[in-house]
Amino acid sequence: MDFKDNQEQADFRKKCRQWLENNAKLKTNIEKNNEFANIDYLQAAKDWQKKKYDAGWAMLHWPKEYGGIAASAIERIIWSEEESKFNVPRGIFEIGLGMCGPVMMEYASEDQKARYLPPMAEGKEIWCQLFSEPSAGSDVAGLRSKAVQDGDNWIINGQKVWTSGAHFSDYGILVVRHDASLEKHKGMTFFFIDMKSPGIEVKPIKQITGGSSFNEVYFNDVVIPDSQRLGEIGDGWKVAITTLMNERLAVGDANGADVEDAFRWAKGQDDLGEPLINNKSVRSSIADWYCEATGLKNTKLRTMSALSKGETPGPEASITKIVSANKLQDIGNFGMDSLDMAGMLKTDDPEIQSFQNAWLGAPGLRIAGGTDEILKNIIAERVLGLPQDARADKGMPYKDIPSGKV
Amino acid sequence: MNLDFSDDQKFLQSEARKFLEKEDSIKRSRKILDESTSLDEDLWGKIVELGWTGIRIPENFDGLGLGHLELCVIAEELGRFLAPVPFSSSVYLFTETIIKYGSEELKKDILPKLVSGEVVGTLAVTEDFMAPSFSNIKTEVINNKINGKKIAVPDAGIATHSIVVCKSSNGIDLRLIDHKDKSLSISIQDTVDGSRGYFCVELDNTPSILVGDEGNGWELYESIINQAAVLFSFEQVGGSQATLDMAVNYAKERYAFGKPIGSFQGIKHKLADMYVAITLAKSNSYYAAWALSSESSDLPVAAATARVSATKAFQLCSKENIQTHGGNGFTWEYDCHLFYKRSKLLSLNIGSLSNWKEKLVSNLEKSNIN
Repeated sequence: MDFKDNQEQADFRKKCRQWLENNAKLKTNIEKNNEFANIDYLQAAKDWQKKKYDAGWAMLHWPKEYGGIAASAIERIIWSEEESKFNVPRGIFEIGLGMCGPVMMEYASEDQKARYLPPMAEGKEIWCQLFSEPSAGSDVAGLRSKAVQDGDNWIINGQKVWTSGAHFSDYGILVVRHDASLEKHKGMTFFFIDMKSPGIEVKPIKQITGGSSFNEVYFNDVVIPDSQRLGEIGDGWKVAITTLMNERLAVGDANGADVEDAFRWAKGQDDLGEPLINNKSVRSSIADWYCEATGLKNTKLRTMSALSKGETPGPEASITKIVSANKLQDIGNFGMDSLDMAGMLKTDDPEIQSFQNAWLGAPGLRIAGGTDEILKNIIAERVLGLPQDARADKGMPYKDIPSGKV
Repeated sequence: MNLDFSDDQKFLQSEARKFLEKEDSIKRSRKILDESTSLDEDLWGKIVELGWTGIRIPENFDGLGLGHLELCVIAEELGRFLAPVPFSSSVYLFTETIIKYGSEELKKDILPKLVSGEVVGTLAVTEDFMAPSFSNIKTEVINNKINGKKIAVPDAGIATHSIVVCKSSNGIDLRLIDHKDKSLSISIQDTVDGSRGYFCVELDNTPSILVGDEGNGWELYESIINQAAVLFSFEQVGGSQATLDMAVNYAKERYAFGKPIGSFQGIKHKLADMYVAITLAKSNSYYAAWALSSESSDLPVAAATARVSATKAFQLCSKENIQTHGGNGFTWEYDCHLFYKRSKLLSLNIGSLSNWKEKLVSNLEKSNIN
């Protein structure tokens, strides 16, 4: 056992580090948790992405012709470890690069890849993912938006929801139902779509945080050329699964206040005349969060170890989002509790903000990209090998499946 | 980057697993419980023969001269199979104390005998129904003679020697006693987990040999406990994994409402929670194994982190394994209770969960995680 990079990895890390030091600033403790949600942030994110692209860091594992440097999995992790130490705008391109990119790479034509992948990597064109619907959340295969073939085109009607970044996206990937008389998983087809197409209407959803990073997207007779179909007609679910597997990798760790922030806060905060850190129940919670945070970190190191030996990592990483989103919610709750009545007040204090943001944002993280419950089903079925639950809609034509309240 | 065991260490682990499986270690543990004895002498003899008691003992003292990492993989398997042997007392605690703090003369005398099985050791700390601490140790040494009473001493009735934590004129001492001495009386104590023996040790002017610096014993004890916490964590991880495997198998085979109970989310989510807890505990134990084997200054934090995660994991897994088994899980006949009881024994041996959480946070305060 050791934690040293091998020579090649050490050289690569040094290269990453040098470039980052020349182009960005290291994070301070508090900046780490700052949330920016305005248009300047979007511009800043685009500028940063462009800078990375020009230097070859944007999508380093991609082949050279699409703007990557064909980096190995371990090099990708090294880069992301180093980048995360710097105060740079992240979070705008994750869906496009993490989910839309891989699906285009696998299913688009060579011409399409050459046309769409480089501007995606550069941050010039932003992509979103159009899967969930008002009546299809965890059971996303229950979606009902329709595609009707019309010569070389498809006409799309329906509604998508929870579409992150749809309001600033240029393109999207879309799965819709082309035949409601087939079983639910069989009647779907997958496309990519120009978000500026006539008939698309994007409406922001106001979240419990007050912000709006998700949208409703309406389709009224939107035309998509058949050339933008990804996979065969009826293969929509198969293509969607490729994307969802990538989503679980892309979502990962919940950003925000973590145990070291809670610890620092507890040392400085008053608790009935004593430092809060002397409170037994606070100490117990900090121990729990530390074990969870460190457990995730060490799990990642085990994954890296496997990659670094050329092995396929085990399923350990599947626990990341469940653990980190719940921890975030608890830490936010702890921070606000420690302020007693004043915990309700909005303030300019970045530490207090970080607890309030954690508390308000964590419920969303426990749902987005697979709810806690869906992720536990996945662990139980794919890792532990337990049988799938009996499905009431199994074998039924989609149109006959009861739909209940939308 | 290599947070994993080497191929040789993995081979040792798989051999250990095969051995304990073949020896039907879990059944042996049940036998100890049913017959109210305290040691499976046959299994212990075979373990000695395999050389496991001498894993960390240098070759010049007849040991295998291997490292802590080898001990970790063995510990995981002993935990998985509930081995009813005094391994943790004699190896993690007693042997490590002698290796770390014994004089050359003592090492020369004792270490080869630990390898051969002639000496079996344990550590005597607790005196009352509360956690032992620097200030509440009453057993006292004067002129090398110890007086006092220790309770809940694991494996003392099997052991030939103990390290006794006792008060001296300069603080706390660690002292070696020989159980053959007539001044000593050792009696078995009834416990909640009867698959391992706990004993009361009464010392009446018992002669002793100082181990380590005089008066500095509490610090030495803490350092031994930090090391042992890593090894206990591996036992707990092994036990956790065994209970998860049992629960998963049962959930696949037991039918209710016309289908396997493992298809119900109420069961699935429970088992997924167990998997999550084990993954965290295992990863933290791996890191602690590295800290232990490389003598990192990070050991106190790493060991406490592993210990807290592993205790929580085994407690969760062993109780939810019973729950998954329904009424069967509550019977003496099924093995679920063996793991439930062992999880409690392991979580209290070397200190409770709340005390290890406290240790973790105070070490974090010292090391300043920011």
